[in-house]
Amino acid sequence: MNLFDIIGPVMVGPSSSHTAGAVRIGNVARKLVGSDIKVAKIYFHGSFQLTGKGHGTDKALLAGLMGMPVDDARIPRSYAEADIREMAYGFFPIDLGDVHPNSVKLVLDGKNGRHREIVACSIGGGRIEITEIDGLAVSFGGDHPTLVIRNKDIPGQVQQVTTFLAEENINIGAMQLYRSRRGEDAVMVIECDKEVPEDVVGALEGLNGIVRVTYLSLK
Amino acid sequence: MFKSLEDIIVAEKEKNLPFWKIVMQDDCVELDISEEESFNRMKRMYEVMKESDKAYEDTLMSRSGLVGTDGKKVHDARIAGKLVCGDFIGRVIERAIKMGESNACMKRIVAAPTAGSCGVIPAVFITVQEEKGYTDEQMTEAMFVAAGIGGVIAHRAFLAGAAGGCQAEIGSASSMAAGAIAYLNGADASGIAHAAAIAMKNLLGLACDPVAGLVEVPCVKRNVVGAVNALTSCDMVLAGMISKIPPDEVFDAMRAVGRAMPENVRETGTGGLAATPTGIEMRERITSL
Repeated sequence: MNLFDIIGPVMVGPSSSHTAGAVRIGNVARKLVGSDIKVAKIYFHGSFQLTGKGHGTDKALLAGLMGMPVDDARIPRSYAEADIREMAYGFFPIDLGDVHPNSVKLVLDGKNGRHREIVACSIGGGRIEITEIDGLAVSFGGDHPTLVIRNKDIPGQVQQVTTFLAEENINIGAMQLYRSRRGEDAVMVIECDKEVPEDVVGALEGLNGIVRVTYLSLK
Repeated sequence: MFKSLEDIIVAEKEKNLPFWKIVMQDDCVELDISEEESFNRMKRMYEVMKESDKAYEDTLMSRSGLVGTDGKKVHDARIAGKLVCGDFIGRVIERAIKMGESNACMKRIVAAPTAGSCGVIPAVFITVQEEKGYTDEQMTEAMFVAAGIGGVIAHRAFLAGAAGGCQAEIGSASSMAAGAIAYLNGADASGIAHAAAIAMKNLLGLACDPVAGLVEVPCVKRNVVGAVNALTSCDMVLAGMISKIPPDEVFDAMRAVGRAMPENVRETGTGGLAATPTGIEMRERITSL
């Protein structure tokens, strides 16, 4: 938290959790796909489903997927914007079980051909949490430059990556490790104190045992 | 961010710096930005508040149809001299309603600390500046004071209706505004803290009971009570009164009260006004839209 979490963000109303948070979920999801979105299936859970319409959660999420910031005056007109950009979208109700009431599942196809399934929630004050990527549980807020590294579940992977980042003088603010089952792919989520240059992201991808690197830049 | 107002009061004495500068310097370390950058960012927040105030559209209704156009009613009544509170408080009421309505109508606002309570600080700040002629720089200093108070509340209690009811949103906004206006009127860190505490005390226990779960009824009007309460709380301190319960303990009490609140009055739209026959009827009509 900082002073601009208290006063701020500048946002389109009416709700920091149901509107600004939804835009931010869309923003982060778009970056995780890495291109414009071609098809978006949006599944609203809980309070998002029940009160989303009145809060413009649908419009906000769509705007976020198109890369609009939380204070973009076009958010109320995002359906029309999506049509202009030839982005297909649909909204559906879903019960995700025992998750945060403001949760959403996104099934996305990017214009770059990448398919992503993301679950996220809006935890208040416009802050969000990504809780699942492609079936793997994660937890990060998207408010730091973040590396999401999918790797083989073999010894030495964490050391290899952290040593590499240390050599590039990139400090790690928080780090989490996840895997679905022993021996299957694992995921490292690394929140960094500063932006990771493009060539460093590329080099990480080339390391032995690394399956895929997704980088969430704040720029 | 500071864990208590007492820490800021102590820092004021030790460093011989004003409240706003102490919280700004602390935040610069957290964000790794210069004081100049921090000041300009905060100044921009205040500018956006003023822009949003001007951008009110007096014919707009929210998607649900529950709120809109009331800002114009207050404006017209004020101009006609019909308001009991007079022109100064009349302008505060008008601005608080307008900002709340703009928020409900998906216009651009500054969450301060939340979107639902976005009308309190601008209504107080802009009207006080208009009345007293403070510079934008002074108002920016007051914004830091407000944010510093909000930071302490966030640490000791909460700023979300879902966590602690409306006292956490309108109560916090009111507390932040009260301290900030006390600062502009010459209060030291202790005076700022007591103004913030009195404002919070007056709104302890306020339920978050929005009809249909929307930030509309009763949220828009509660911005008025938050704004006016900030001014009266500030005046009590300027007159020499203090909060008999120390400020940090007041925030702790807000947390305890919030924790004890049933879930139906914590932004679920299932208790309080939302659960009245009319509230339920409104919800049913809206969900069938």
